[in-house]
Amino acid sequence: MTEYLLLILGTVLVNNVVLVKFLGLCPFMGVSNKVDSALGMGMATTFVLTLSTAAGWALEHGLLQPLDMAYLRILTFILVIAAVVQFTEMVIKKISPSLYQVLGIFLPLITTNCAVLGVALLNIQENHGFVQSVLYGFGSATGFTLVMVMFAGLRERLALSMVPKAFGGAPISFITAGLLSMAFMGFAGLAAH
Amino acid sequence: MLEAIVGLTALGGGLGVFLGVAAKRLHVESSPLEGELEEILPGQNCGQCGYPGCAAAAVAVAKGEAPVTVCPPGGRAVAHALAEKLCLTVDLSGMADTGPMVAHVDETVCIGCTKCARKCPTDAIVGAAKQIHGVVQDACTGCGACVETCPAHGIALQAIPVTLQSWYWPKPGDAGAKPPAGNGVLTQ
Repeated sequence: MTEYLLLILGTVLVNNVVLVKFLGLCPFMGVSNKVDSALGMGMATTFVLTLSTAAGWALEHGLLQPLDMAYLRILTFILVIAAVVQFTEMVIKKISPSLYQVLGIFLPLITTNCAVLGVALLNIQENHGFVQSVLYGFGSATGFTLVMVMFAGLRERLALSMVPKAFGGAPISFITAGLLSMAFMGFAGLAAH
Repeated sequence: MLEAIVGLTALGGGLGVFLGVAAKRLHVESSPLEGELEEILPGQNCGQCGYPGCAAAAVAVAKGEAPVTVCPPGGRAVAHALAEKLCLTVDLSGMADTGPMVAHVDETVCIGCTKCARKCPTDAIVGAAKQIHGVVQDACTGCGACVETCPAHGIALQAIPVTLQSWYWPKPGDAGAKPPAGNGVLTQ
């Protein structure tokens, strides 16, 4: 139990997928203008990531390893991720049309979110079991959601504050992202102890 | 080799069937009227109506948020078709059918302030500071944003001049009803 808790804590804070591993930066900058849409994007990515890591583990151990087809891993994973994203898109369109409108183009772009493929591949690399894989995917996605919401909150305040003209808009966002990333690097010290 | 082909094909086929079933189950009813209205609109997504594209304008018309005269470049013909589709009776006599328009800078008034060039959404106005500006007619959508910006009131919308390349015979159906742009007078 402690092991699983540590795994989740480690993926959310210490090995944060966005700010420490620098995966999935496109939605991180693209959909972080408002807290609501950032939260929606985080939820959608959480759904996709958790499902795709589970499917990825099942495929790796049920299909790729028995048939000795490790060279098809990336292709298979992308196929599964694309299908899961399509499914998520249908679900969101059915459940919340307003969220569907807000997320817009970024919803199908979860397919190309490298965090999703990256986490699925890291799972295989680190030889995780099924429960570990799902928890690793869920933890990464939770970390992604946490960072999205934090960054969106910061950007909402940035939009209201006096920023020097040369730094206005995107530059100050990038600087903020850098500072946030440095703050998250600090959690590495937590792991050392 | 064979396992790889069969395995991937089965995987792809299985996922395809799953998505097909999910699409049927999670189908969202959208109004067929919106699609029909969108087909009537020009489909150029020029944005002159103020909506982001013809699809959004069609949704607004279907909801009753926008009038049937929403489309400036479509003119009277599109407004009439929209009203007919919605079974509305609208008095369109006040709507001038000008045909396509482009902005034109009056050289005698232009002070070269570049305000219009900065305002233009399609970068159709060229010219440097203190130089007379010009309009690239192919790029101009006739949105009229520059007309209000000009401090010297030197920009006006004009009908696109008819050239040998753009002139066409009046269509047999509406001979006399809708003369071609520029009333068929060749200017070049």
